[in-house]
Amino acid sequence: MNTAIETVRLVKTFADKRALDELDLTIRNGSVYGLLGPNGAGKTTAIRVLTTLLKPSGGKAVVLGHDVAREPTAVRRKVSLTGQYASVDEDLTGHENLVLVSRLLGMSWGASRSRASELLGAFGLSEAASKQVRTFSGGMRRRIDIAASLVTRPEILFLDEPTTGLDPRSRNQVWDLVRQIAAEGTTVLLTTQYLEEADRLAERMAVIDNGRAIAEGTSHELKSSIGGNALRFQLADPAQRTRAQELVSRVLGDGVLPNTDPTAISVKVSSALVATEVLSALRDASILLSDFSLGAPSLDDVFFTLTGRPAAQPANSDEVGS
Amino acid sequence: MSLDELPMRSEALRLPERPRSAAAFSTVITLAWRAMLKIKHVPFQLFDVTVTPIMFTLLFTYMFGGALAGSPEVYIQSLLPGILVQTIVFITVYTGVGLNTDIQKGLFDRFRSLPMWQPSPVLGALAGDLFRYSVASLLIIGLGLVLGFRPAAGALGVLLAFALVLVFAFALSWIWIIFGMLVKTPESVMTTSFFFLMPLTFASNIFVDPKTMPHWLQVFVSVNPVSHLTSASRGLMHGTDSAADVVWTLVASAIIVGICAPIAMRMYHQER
Repeated sequence: MNTAIETVRLVKTFADKRALDELDLTIRNGSVYGLLGPNGAGKTTAIRVLTTLLKPSGGKAVVLGHDVAREPTAVRRKVSLTGQYASVDEDLTGHENLVLVSRLLGMSWGASRSRASELLGAFGLSEAASKQVRTFSGGMRRRIDIAASLVTRPEILFLDEPTTGLDPRSRNQVWDLVRQIAAEGTTVLLTTQYLEEADRLAERMAVIDNGRAIAEGTSHELKSSIGGNALRFQLADPAQRTRAQELVSRVLGDGVLPNTDPTAISVKVSSALVATEVLSALRDASILLSDFSLGAPSLDDVFFTLTGRPAAQPANSDEVGS
Repeated sequence: MSLDELPMRSEALRLPERPRSAAAFSTVITLAWRAMLKIKHVPFQLFDVTVTPIMFTLLFTYMFGGALAGSPEVYIQSLLPGILVQTIVFITVYTGVGLNTDIQKGLFDRFRSLPMWQPSPVLGALAGDLFRYSVASLLIIGLGLVLGFRPAAGALGVLLAFALVLVFAFALSWIWIIFGMLVKTPESVMTTSFFFLMPLTFASNIFVDPKTMPHWLQVFVSVNPVSHLTSASRGLMHGTDSAADVVWTLVASAIIVGICAPIAMRMYHQER
């Protein structure tokens, strides 16, 4: 069986909201797959339906050949979930938490204890084994949480926003971990708001917006789907941003892509020649650049092109061209 | 080197195959073990079940004893079985508080996504609560004995009364399990419960003889299951006839479980 997860016109409605609106997904076995989208797009709902925590309101979801609505137990036997919030007992120690999950999965007390120690070692948490989880840092919590999902080999590991709120170092550790888990042959489905994360980890990804998959493919495919290249440049003087943007729009007609960096502007250009035109127009207007590059569009550019708005609103969103 | 900087060793990430699913009995035991660990790590949660009953027993015995029964020694003979009932009835709310905490923290998502007998977490928590009830009961009875409580039916009578209180507590817990799943925070489980527990325990025959109460209140007291449980445990401890109250309590418990347990389990299986 080559398909790990398949959803067909999957619908999930809550009292006042259609969280999943005919979501279609096909995810192959043995890959890392990213569900990409802003807050409230339906990513978490999708994961909760696929892990049997929510019942679909319509359509179909099949995980490893089992319909989630009709055979939830069969699905639970084969998958693991690490939710968005550390789903471990904060009052218990790291070791006790892992023993708990091992026991609940059917291991003997002895096997559970040794598996717990082994996992703590593998996750660099040995020294925290006898400390209560409530004393753990964010990164340590995330690791113990993922460890609890890897007591035994799941055929699919669901990770809901595994790096949200983590510092860069912890985030890198989680990324390494995901790669290792995938190398062991487990299919990983992860959700993320960070386009960089999907780009780094996932072989294929779906962009979710308002409960629908609005694009699907490899990162490369998604980028080429919007066509052309992206010219990015960094302004020497951020005060000139508005002027630069107006100028670029005039040269190109349109095509200014959003950028979270207030000193940077990205534009979609159809050829290198057009890029040169933009640059000389900027020079003629005495707008100085500190840097520029011409390359494939980023996933941020993709999301903007697909939905007309940036993927994640940064804290200084008022500074970002809309 | 801080714990954060410890490297992860890839060779140790060995992923064994899943064993066969755990037996229901074994998962309930494991979750009861977890409840005990929580008490071990957060002993403060035993504060309510130890200090409050000691305070109540001392206060009521010496404050009201003389006025209500002539002397504290006489009063404690009827008060102590009642204080035991009141204490345990109050502690039952922790079942709902604990459940609500687990749901809010996301722990239930993990439990529900595991291939185990789904009611295990609820039953495991109840098993852990039994320990709490036992600690509180031992303390109260021990203190009572020191203060002059002399159960005529001896140890067996006290044990039977304790067992009956446990049956009722188990039944009542199901109500808090429902509350635990309905409300948003553990604190609101606590707050809501007081609206029920205050009248239930004070408008009873625990502290005073209902004969001095207005008629309407007497009616309430006479149907209040807490009154029957109190009469039953007094009877069992002192060896007087209490068969009717024992039966009344058992029937009331059965009705509560019969109504609330199916509702609670239904809600538990529902999504959140």
